[in-house]
Amino acid sequence: MTAAVTFDNVTRHFGSVRAVDGVDLKIAEGSFFAMLGPSGSGKTTCLRLISGFEQPTGGAIRIFGEDVSAIPPNRRNVNTVFQDYALFPHLNVRDNVAYGLMVKGMAKAARYAKAEEMLNLVKLDAYGDRKPGQLSGGQRQRVALARALVNEPRVLLLDEPLGALDLKLREAMQDELKALQQRLGITFVFVTHDQHEALSMADSLAIFNEGRIAQIGTPEDVYARPANRFVADFVGSSNVLPPEVTRALGGPAAWSSLRPEALQVAPAGGTALAGPVTGLRYLGAGTRITIAGPGADISVIVPAGTALPQMGETIGLTFAPGALHVMEHA
Amino acid sequence: MTAPAILPERGLADRLTALFWRKPNLLLILLIAPPLIWLGVIYLGSLAALLLQSFYSIDEFSGVVKEEFTLKTYAELLRPSNFDIILRTLVMSLAVTLACAVIAFPIAYYAARFARGRWKAVFYLGILLPLWSSYLVKVYAWKMILSKEGIISWAADATHTGFILNGVLALPVIGGNSLSTSYLGTFMVFVYVWLPYMILPMQAALERVPTTMLEASADLGATRAQTFRTVILPLALPGIIAGSIFTFSLTMGDYIIPRIIGTSARSIGMAVSEFQGTAGNLPLAAAFAVVPIVIMLIYLALAKRAGAFDAL
Repeated sequence: MTAAVTFDNVTRHFGSVRAVDGVDLKIAEGSFFAMLGPSGSGKTTCLRLISGFEQPTGGAIRIFGEDVSAIPPNRRNVNTVFQDYALFPHLNVRDNVAYGLMVKGMAKAARYAKAEEMLNLVKLDAYGDRKPGQLSGGQRQRVALARALVNEPRVLLLDEPLGALDLKLREAMQDELKALQQRLGITFVFVTHDQHEALSMADSLAIFNEGRIAQIGTPEDVYARPANRFVADFVGSSNVLPPEVTRALGGPAAWSSLRPEALQVAPAGGTALAGPVTGLRYLGAGTRITIAGPGADISVIVPAGTALPQMGETIGLTFAPGALHVMEHA
Repeated sequence: MTAPAILPERGLADRLTALFWRKPNLLLILLIAPPLIWLGVIYLGSLAALLLQSFYSIDEFSGVVKEEFTLKTYAELLRPSNFDIILRTLVMSLAVTLACAVIAFPIAYYAARFARGRWKAVFYLGILLPLWSSYLVKVYAWKMILSKEGIISWAADATHTGFILNGVLALPVIGGNSLSTSYLGTFMVFVYVWLPYMILPMQAALERVPTTMLEASADLGATRAQTFRTVILPLALPGIIAGSIFTFSLTMGDYIIPRIIGTSARSIGMAVSEFQGTAGNLPLAAAFAVVPIVIMLIYLALAKRAGAFDAL
């Protein structure tokens, strides 16, 4: 099966800045693919390379096997949901949604019928006559989604589409987006800096760091088996242990990661990991306890209701033998 | 010792700040009262006086203004010689506005979208620099440039392209003896002097069109021409209208350029200047002055109906 999107050693330089630096990527057709990374890591540039708003400095991009280096954005059957939605303020919701069909020359009645269908899909059928300025953030987000989907794109690109929404609405939209993707079967490429969002929604994801892909895999892969320190730290704030600590815990002399939720508090003495408590952070569902362990700060998350140690009190930590993950790269 | 919870009052500035904080409307009233009085009394008052004057008439024998309400003066506007003046000025204003819009757009677009830092400063300087020199100096300079012995004829002769110039001047109505004595010359000078008033509001409007809007349009399949027609133009329209109000009304009312450059056929501005001055026919001058106001109102009503201000 041809991949929906293929990056072949793609680079994009802005002056001396290597925004995208030798990226190889294959996005499977029909998948929900997330690009995760801190700001400035190159994930948005990669998205813009797919839509055609940026042109690669080197390498080749293929969409369903076809080289798109000479194809401008308007001829790529790919649509984008923009971070700020970019709805046309002078057009009402119906005309916004029908815009893509209008510029392709579809007759008014036909394009309005399709626009209405899409507005139905995003549950905004009563809002066709409103202007974007009269909608809430969540509603605008849905209009942007409908406006992109009405063109029946082969790939839908979403640039941090939920970033401007409040937490409650964001979680509802996450579920809706995921359901929509499964129903339509369109390939979704989703850019986010929120690891929870990426982990909960994506079939597979790429973690970006400084213009390169740090790891690519399923959510379980990157969460349970981070390839390197950056991924371990960025996805779920894992404890990153240097080689000497790994060896002291019975592993090889290599960097390893230990999930905070895989650790249990034990009385000091007799545990491989022990140290004074240096931080207590209340998280609602639990509390994160940080100790100054031998060679590294180590965090553990204990569920709410557990008796908490005092600051400065020395405690020990234990973990199941399989919890220590040795990483391939530093 | 701990710091006080309430800081001591430091005099008049603090007292005034407190007053304006308690009564937020007070500051607003103080700020807008002077311009409001100016606008209300001086400006609208004189406009009312003008309007009043236009409903009077002049006694044809004694030349004295009869202070009785009549529409006779307005009827005089429809006399062929007077109506020609209105028509000529209207056509000139339309042509100048259209030309300004066409020439200004690429300049404003470049400045709004691509010029950054130093180039932006160069842009503003380039647009505003001509406004620093006297309007009269510019008009007389153009008289020299456009005259039969001027630089344009000279350049045309030197490059053996005089036939183009002669061909243009041979055109009926807009042509003439030389550029400086033709409608074409008047038009060129009008376009030159009013161009900044079109560029600046246009640039301000284009600057407010976010780049993502253009990307969204391309993303949805629009060609550059479609993006221009369906996104850029509607969003920039308020700015274009603002600019056209300047160029249109400035051309409508100007009485210096058509007197110095062109056929010396009268414009509305010249008519007003003559009727209120030498001819002493204040009612007719007032009636002429009302014409541009009425035309502008019609223009704005049409623009509003066409949805020009929807993007505001």
